[in-house]
Amino acid sequence: MRLLTFKGGVHPEDKKELAGFAPIERIKPPEIVYLPLSQHTGVPSKPIIEKKDEVEVGMKIAESNGKLSVPLHSSVAGVYMGLVNYPHPLGGRKLAMKIKVDPERTEEWKSEEKEVGTLSNKDIIKIVKESGIVGMGGAAFPTFFKMQPPPDKKIADLIINGAECEPYLTADYRLMIERAEDILKGIDIIRRVINPDRVWIAIESNKMDAVERMKEVSSSYPSFNISIHKTKYPQGSEKQLVQAVKRQEVPEGGLPFDAGAYVQNIGTALAVYEAVCYSKPLYERVVTVTGSVRDPSNFLVPIGTPFDYLIEEAGGVIGTLMKVINGGPMMGIAQVYPEVPVIKGTTGILIQNREEVFSGIVGPCIRCAACIDVCPMCLMPTEINKSIETENFDKAEEMGVLSCMECGGCAYVCPSNIPLVQQFKYAKNEIMKRRK
Amino acid sequence: MASILIPVGILGGIALFFGIFLVISAEKFKVTMDERVEKLIDVLPGIDCGACGAPGCSAFAEGVTKGEYPVNGCKAGGEEVATAVAEIMGVEAEVGGEEVAVLRCLGGTDVAKRVADYNGIKTCAALHLLGGDKGCQYGCLGLNDCVEACPFDALVMGEDGLPYVIEERCTACGVCVGTCPRELFEIISKKQDIYLACRSYDDAKTVKQVCSRGCIGCSLCTRVTLGETVTMDGNLASVHWDKIDDNSILKPALEKCPTKTYIKRSELRGFKNA
Ligand code: SF4
Ligand code: SF4
Ligand code: SF4
Ligand code: SF4
Repeated sequence: MRLLTFKGGVHPEDKKELAGFAPIERIKPPEIVYLPLSQHTGVPSKPIIEKKDEVEVGMKIAESNGKLSVPLHSSVAGVYMGLVNYPHPLGGRKLAMKIKVDPERTEEWKSEEKEVGTLSNKDIIKIVKESGIVGMGGAAFPTFFKMQPPPDKKIADLIINGAECEPYLTADYRLMIERAEDILKGIDIIRRVINPDRVWIAIESNKMDAVERMKEVSSSYPSFNISIHKTKYPQGSEKQLVQAVKRQEVPEGGLPFDAGAYVQNIGTALAVYEAVCYSKPLYERVVTVTGSVRDPSNFLVPIGTPFDYLIEEAGGVIGTLMKVINGGPMMGIAQVYPEVPVIKGTTGILIQNREEVFSGIVGPCIRCAACIDVCPMCLMPTEINKSIETENFDKAEEMGVLSCMECGGCAYVCPSNIPLVQQFKYAKNEIMKRRK
Repeated sequence: MASILIPVGILGGIALFFGIFLVISAEKFKVTMDERVEKLIDVLPGIDCGACGAPGCSAFAEGVTKGEYPVNGCKAGGEEVATAVAEIMGVEAEVGGEEVAVLRCLGGTDVAKRVADYNGIKTCAALHLLGGDKGCQYGCLGLNDCVEACPFDALVMGEDGLPYVIEERCTACGVCVGTCPRELFEIISKKQDIYLACRSYDDAKTVKQVCSRGCIGCSLCTRVTLGETVTMDGNLASVHWDKIDDNSILKPALEKCPTKTYIKRSELRGFKNA
């Protein structure tokens, strides 16, 4: 078996055994959900209902507001309590729509399956937009926008990202095991719109049962290939996937389009299928709750459910709670407030207790070059860090800090525990500020 | 014997020639330098800091004689230099810088809750990017960016985690205003004493959860002050300094503000300064 891979990367313990065996479980909704207006890359949505209005599951409650924006739908039935300033999982406080849940009326989505048959590409893109679908692997880029690549770019390869390389997280894995048929139908819809020469479903070698499952059901789709990738972080990053599948690099500062590829996540394919064939908007998603909790789980949760509610649903914290992370250990963001809500891009919640959180000292760079070896973007993290420490942002930019995808590989291997990624995030922000 | 006289004569002649030449050219090409400039250069600090806007102290001295810079333009020199400069220029100096920096946050460790432990890069700029470790998303992060940036050592970090302005040293250069990622410094006239020490736009409920001295946006201060001197900017009161000639206009606000967010610069200074 030939495993596909890319240059650089690291091998953290994958810890997928924690939540990997837990089937997806629908939770009972919390008492209150908070739906931030800003859940996607682009302009925040605009509320279209008034305080005290009754809402239903899947009802549109905010509309898209500009070119790069999507509408927002209620994830529960209940009463709209107004706009509040609420902690946001990506930092700070942002405006969120507060909804008091009526558990009686909050039911599963029910609708007859419709045929895709006669729908034109335009119709499909419109449905995808109106259903509020965004990339569900974390970046939350509006999918309808991505589905319309510039006409001069020929897409030869459609890559469906099932790599889920981030340790601990198992949401996509469970979806592949449990919802394989539906995912393939979703992929087929995306294929119709994009019209590529080849379709790849990329899965890492630590999920062989998912590979088997996808192979089994994809036999009825002759143009679909399952590509097995070496288990290595960050295999599931767009540019690294393109490099592994096409053996061609995405040009610096470019997008996968520029290398003739289109990458979409497993969860997004499923959301597209449900939107097109069941008119179901994106209002719930699978979230892995794992780490130091009693019962690591994969929950199907209404968007807007507070993290602390889910932590309790997963049996509570083992030991003293130290860190709540939105996402996985490598790229996730540590939270200030445990009550932040799940948003469309929340892939998982990782809990770390006192024993697990590192609080050692940061030493000086010993020039071991480990960071240079692992950087998948072929940067020189230590050198960039040095220029940032002396506030020489021009030099940092020259050395390519803007290409850093914040995968965290360098900080993971650094024996001196230098917070390299945080420095790079800071530098990128400074550079952008100075450009203005 | 005579042979030694020849070179001596030639060299002496050359020396005499250059001597006369130099004397003549010095007279002829004399640069009339304002004697005041020399005197000024003597009294200026001579550190060429550039805070006055001139490329250096001597350029500033020249500029002052030509009226390009005000007599109290030397930021680094403070009162003493301003008086000396004024004396040389023969004018009455407005002694003392007219302006000073104030910190618009009262959320010290005992006042505003810290809600998370942070162990990343120890600068305010980096912490601000992550949303901060304080409940208040507008308040001071206390990691010394401003203290390190102030070119005149006019800021010290207090025990309560807030920087304090040493007014004798502050030259109102404004470096701290541009440095603080949360934009907590404001330059105000030294004539003003009472000011609003908060920059939070959060609503009352949020502010109360995170800080006991933050502006809750009740708008009481706009009602007890005269005219349009204080207005509301969303959930935050906004003081219009251009309309306040007499600082006592703000006295009712100082007395009535339920969260005591208005404070007196003079009291803060007397209390905290080293
Ligand atoms: S420099 Fe950026 S892209 Fe390279 S290893 Fe570090 S975080 Fe990853
Ligand atoms: S891994 Fe750390 S110690 Fe080694 S060269 Fe890179 S920054 Fe320096
Ligand atoms: S005033 Fe601003 S720069 Fe100074 S310590 Fe506080 S947050 Fe940091
Ligand atoms: S940096 Fe701020 S505190 Fe320091 S002298 Fe300038 S205005 Fe005053």
